[in-house]
Amino acid sequence: MATNIEIESGHAIELQERMARRRRRQHIEQAAVTWILRAAALISILTTVGIVIILVAQSSGFFAEVSIWEFLLGTEWAPLFSPQKFGVLSLVSGTLLVALIAGIVSLTLGLGAAIFLSEYAPEKLRRVLKPILEVLAGIPTVVYGYFALTFVTPILQNIFGHDQVIVFNALSAGLVMGLMIMPMVSTLSEDAMVAVPRSLRDAAYALGATRFEVSTKVVIPAALSGIVASFILGVSRAIGETMIVKIAAGATPNLTLNPLESVQAMTAYIVQVSLGETPQGSLEYKTIFAVGLLLFVMTLGMNIVGRWVISRFRQQYE
Amino acid sequence: MNKLDSTSNQRQKIHAVRVMRDRIFVVAFVLAVVVGIAGLAALLLDVLVDGLPFLDWHFMSSYASRKAEQSGILAPLAGTVWIVGMTALLTIPIGVGTAIYLEEFASKNRFNRLIELNIANLAGVPSVIYGLLGLAVFVQFLFNGSRNVTAGALTMTLLILPIVVIASQEAIKAVPSSYRDAAYAMGANRWQVVKAVVLPQALPGMMSGIILALSRAIGESAPILIISSLVWVTFVPTSPDSKFTVLPLQIFTWISQPQHEFRGIAAAGIIVLLVVLLSMNGVAIWIRSKYQSRPDQ
Repeated sequence: MATNIEIESGHAIELQERMARRRRRQHIEQAAVTWILRAAALISILTTVGIVIILVAQSSGFFAEVSIWEFLLGTEWAPLFSPQKFGVLSLVSGTLLVALIAGIVSLTLGLGAAIFLSEYAPEKLRRVLKPILEVLAGIPTVVYGYFALTFVTPILQNIFGHDQVIVFNALSAGLVMGLMIMPMVSTLSEDAMVAVPRSLRDAAYALGATRFEVSTKVVIPAALSGIVASFILGVSRAIGETMIVKIAAGATPNLTLNPLESVQAMTAYIVQVSLGETPQGSLEYKTIFAVGLLLFVMTLGMNIVGRWVISRFRQQYE
Repeated sequence: MNKLDSTSNQRQKIHAVRVMRDRIFVVAFVLAVVVGIAGLAALLLDVLVDGLPFLDWHFMSSYASRKAEQSGILAPLAGTVWIVGMTALLTIPIGVGTAIYLEEFASKNRFNRLIELNIANLAGVPSVIYGLLGLAVFVQFLFNGSRNVTAGALTMTLLILPIVVIASQEAIKAVPSSYRDAAYAMGANRWQVVKAVVLPQALPGMMSGIILALSRAIGESAPILIISSLVWVTFVPTSPDSKFTVLPLQIFTWISQPQHEFRGIAAAGIIVLLVVLLSMNGVAIWIRSKYQSRPDQ
């Protein structure tokens, strides 16, 4: 009997030890995994740091030779000719002209579609239309560039006359880019509208308002922050877009407001230089990082403002 | 009596105007949707009409050529497969790892909020900037000027990482916390809960997000254009140090040719690209719907 108890307690001790060992192993495993996961999360921080360091380091070589004021305020851009001119305004104007057209198109179409989907369309129709519109967001930009060049530009030439519209023009690129960004604007706006509570609409209907009045006088004002943010984020997207402007808008830096003329966007310039034989380390080579830095600052600023508008002015309905 | 009549008349008129305005604007809103869909239809028709005559087996199995009618898409197709494969191998562990860390391990302190904010900002950085990063860090610094597949895949990894992280976070958030609590109550530690409960539950949602992110990598041309400025690639990449081209880049090259015949070849390339992307999107939607239609518990 006594020996039996001894054997039992021996078993128990062994079992306890085994469990303790297993717990220790699990503990070590968890600590190791935590460190690995933390390292993965750090990669995103490193990416941002890398982008900033590369852009600043490479452009500082550029700004050592060209004054920052000449860069920001000059109106002529001709880094590949002599005498060299480094006025980035003519690239910025090209970018903004196309982005403005795209912004107007995407806001008009996107807001209209958002109102229809959130206020008018029955649930069944909405569930069919939304995915179709979102296909637009998934089409590669090179395809939009092809569409602008081979479909939209010839139509514009037929409307305005071939002598008025150059093959590469800002309008064609802007219109097509607007189509590309439309689903983004429409989805973000619709999200904001769907969040407006039913009771606000019902109150307006009870006063005899029509659907249009409810949409424009109740829903849109209540969802305004989301709509404004969708516009800002959409334009930011348009500023950073490359292939459409490269293919359809042209390669002539041009300080103009005429959308029928050929312009060069900042992104298109960066791509143009990378395609050429510009030697690494030359001043021309460094220009793409200076332009890239300006592009980065512009889009980052707009994205931060856009997200701030969403969070700052979000109405909390109970 | 007369006065009353005129006011009610006026009221009726105002009412009629309001109803009229309502109807006119319904048409305007419908028109916005119709224009969007018509734009999509025009784009697809434009591409199909231009490209279908060139789409045959010869096109799928040949290399690029100076002559439009002899050009094929084999090299960029193989390059795209290489880039997507390597990008997937790199992005999935890093992206899913980051998401798990942020959702399950990180305390909500300032540093971890900074990581989340940073990821949101990275998602909005133009792709051309990633190209500059890849050119300076991977091509010039890491590979000494060699414009190879690995440099392309590393750049694409950084580009789609924010999308993968955000999609994986959404999938993890969708796992009911009662599942976790049940596992914790049985004595599991954090990693065991993640391994045995959270990951299996979140997997379908993560997969559809990852597939969509990879399809973004397939369609993206600007960063690859900067990294591999090579125009005519007439071979299939055989190793991670091979030079390469990808579908959208080859399409861009063809569009830029002055000869008109290359437009048709470009359109044929676009059809191939769109078929690849649509089938990937289809798979992602299928996974999501299967996951959603599964009765919970």
